[in-house]
Amino acid sequence: MEPVKKEHELIVTVSPHVRDEETTSRIMWTVNLSLLPAFFMGFYFFGLKALFITALCIISSVLSEYFFQKAVKKKLTVNDGSAFLTGLLLGMNLPSSLWSFNPFTIHVPIIGSVIAVVITKQFFGGLGYNIFNPALIGRAFLLISFPKAMTIWTEPTAAFLALDAKTTATPLGILKEDGLAKLIEAFGDKLNLYAELFNGHRAGSIGETSVLALLIGAGFLLYKRYITWHIPFSFLGTVAVLAWIFGGKSPETGKMLLFAGDPLIHLLSGGLMLGAFFMATDYVTCPSVRKGQIVFGIGCGALTMLIRIKGGYPEGVMFAILLMNCFAPLIDRAMKSDVFGAVKEKKK
Amino acid sequence: MALATFKGGIHPPDKKDIAKDSAIKEAKSPQRVVIPLSQHLGAPCKPIVSIGQEVKKGEVIGEPGGFVSAPVHSSVSGKVIAIAEFPNTMGRMVNSIVIENDCKEEWTSLKDNPDYIKLSADELKEKVKAAGIVGMGGAAFPTLVKLSPPKEKPIDTIIINGAECEPYLTADYRLMLEKSSDIVEGLKILMRILGVNKGFIGIENNKPDAIDKMKDAAKNEPNIEVCGLEVKYPQGAEKMLISALTGREVPPRGLPMDVRVVVQNVGTALAVYEAARYGKPLIERVVTVTGEGIKTPANLMVKIGMLISDIVDQCGGFKDSAGKVVSGGPMMGFALSTLDVPVTKGTSGILVIPKEGVVHTEEFGPCIRCGRCIDICPMGLMPSMLSILSEKGHYEDAKEYNLFDCFECGSCAFVCPSKRPIVQFIRLAKSLTKP
Ligand code: SF4
Ligand code: SF4
Repeated sequence: MEPVKKEHELIVTVSPHVRDEETTSRIMWTVNLSLLPAFFMGFYFFGLKALFITALCIISSVLSEYFFQKAVKKKLTVNDGSAFLTGLLLGMNLPSSLWSFNPFTIHVPIIGSVIAVVITKQFFGGLGYNIFNPALIGRAFLLISFPKAMTIWTEPTAAFLALDAKTTATPLGILKEDGLAKLIEAFGDKLNLYAELFNGHRAGSIGETSVLALLIGAGFLLYKRYITWHIPFSFLGTVAVLAWIFGGKSPETGKMLLFAGDPLIHLLSGGLMLGAFFMATDYVTCPSVRKGQIVFGIGCGALTMLIRIKGGYPEGVMFAILLMNCFAPLIDRAMKSDVFGAVKEKKK
Repeated sequence: MALATFKGGIHPPDKKDIAKDSAIKEAKSPQRVVIPLSQHLGAPCKPIVSIGQEVKKGEVIGEPGGFVSAPVHSSVSGKVIAIAEFPNTMGRMVNSIVIENDCKEEWTSLKDNPDYIKLSADELKEKVKAAGIVGMGGAAFPTLVKLSPPKEKPIDTIIINGAECEPYLTADYRLMLEKSSDIVEGLKILMRILGVNKGFIGIENNKPDAIDKMKDAAKNEPNIEVCGLEVKYPQGAEKMLISALTGREVPPRGLPMDVRVVVQNVGTALAVYEAARYGKPLIERVVTVTGEGIKTPANLMVKIGMLISDIVDQCGGFKDSAGKVVSGGPMMGFALSTLDVPVTKGTSGILVIPKEGVVHTEEFGPCIRCGRCIDICPMGLMPSMLSILSEKGHYEDAKEYNLFDCFECGSCAFVCPSKRPIVQFIRLAKSLTKP
């Protein structure tokens, strides 16, 4: 036979020879984008401080990933948007007052970012291998290390510099300490309470307050199928049901009154919307089997309400998600999808 | 009515426009053919000719080496000039017979028997056996084996697979347009051999003209149903097709006969008809030559054993940009390292991908556990776990995740945003463990 024709060097790779255009970094940057409306609402309500804190978190997250990967000579992946996302989420989960509380608290966001990116993510092997949501670990660490600075909330003044913002309690804080009547009083009437909670005109973490803005971003992600309904809906549904059953208190005795809670207040306040749509759905730390995701969502919801009603903190979303993160691998393992044909075979 | 389909699957761009409108043309007879003695799983054939021997077109040159085997025939008339190992499309060396073409196109014997349908089931089966027919969709499994189910596995349905779900390929589509009634006849013969009275022809809905043609060809056959299928890869995989058309699910590791079904490809049905009517052995097939990197895309009737380099030449050669040549479709085909490999009974297409279109997979990221691959795996597996376990070398553990139920369709690797070579990981794990 004649020698092989050499006019073309042929590229040999394994099948499949076509690939979808979706990439990890496109997913990450899209999630970043979808958080922007909520971030802007935080900026609007809490002013420049919100911007500073978030920017600080993003910069320190990205830099700590960069320097860590340089140091251990790993491939640089800061472009994939995941460190940026961790920083953005961490920033949105911090109180804006962190900036004004004391000039020396500037290190707090930086420490949180390093904990999130280096300890929680890179120490476990980088993107894809971490067990816990980095931003939430960062925040949990700060809450435990700086309990005071992390729980001072200011009023949403909607003033750019927001220098005269008074400190106040979050709606969930008021609900826990003083009860529903006080909370309604603070907002005028019930309808106004709902409206303010929905728009985000209330004290709270920078990016968690505006349910409206969060829903816009979440709707975009759902529409683009970057997230599915399984986790957020089972999470929110569980919170609503449990809030209705166990969330009521008798105004006279202060004892728990079954089936008298107000699910809407619980749904609209705290970090629930941010957590359910943007953090519980973190691919790496939630189950990847859809059935398992429903179990995961219900678990998150149940733990959130347990902490909100019985626990020491007024808000429980963060710890609930972190706890469920531990179970994600187990859930996946237990709820492995059925092999094609296996179900019918069993029936026979 | 909702179109018949299965759970999972993907929607790669179909690119069928490139070759879809070119009618089947006879490829010029090549100077020589290289006919591999092993064209499928199972025992290779034993050569029964010697070097220097004159052979006619259609003459048996290799006899089956076992039950799961089919004879091979010369596709040209001429002289045997070599019997030796030559590379095949998968890059393996296989014993092959090289025949120099005398271009006389002399046939052994072809007899038209218009009364073929009156032959008994056994006589028809004998014809299929003698013609060396195998599944022409890719796997090239000997058809005779499928037509000889054990007694405890009665067959009640035959499905002709016209899904052609691989992007780019149009060979079956052209056959359905141009040979519709012959395909229906082929199906009738198959039904007669197996004593079955339900036949389906499943065609993806992106080929409405083929559906119409086939419906028309089968309009007097109450037992044959032509069905549109949802356009989705891998709709043409046997198990998916059976599930879509009959609702029956082949059990894990099982065969179609476990749910009383036999599936045959469109080209196979045609070969069965030609064998039964004319006694014509399987010595040629339609190959789609396509892709953005070939000058003149075509659907060619090609002699088995013709070298792919000759085919590429006949199609005007490459555009300058050609980067990768694939035998088969883009999802499951094999990239060629040389063009001097022969077309076999299972070669459905030659796909030329331009340099810009080549996906580079050396650089892949970690699994971000997004679940996309799990959602689309038609077998209901967790490709993410399979790839992670194999990457770490935990091949045994991969079995817990049903490693051996994967039929390597490639859907998972297609959707993975991290561009992980999941199928490659799975193949590796499979080769290093036992089921
Ligand atoms: S795991 Fe196997 S069967 Fe499932 S999508 Fe991947 S290649 Fe196809
Ligand atoms: S598609 Fe890729 S990244 Fe996503 S779960 Fe599957 S293997 Fe992991």
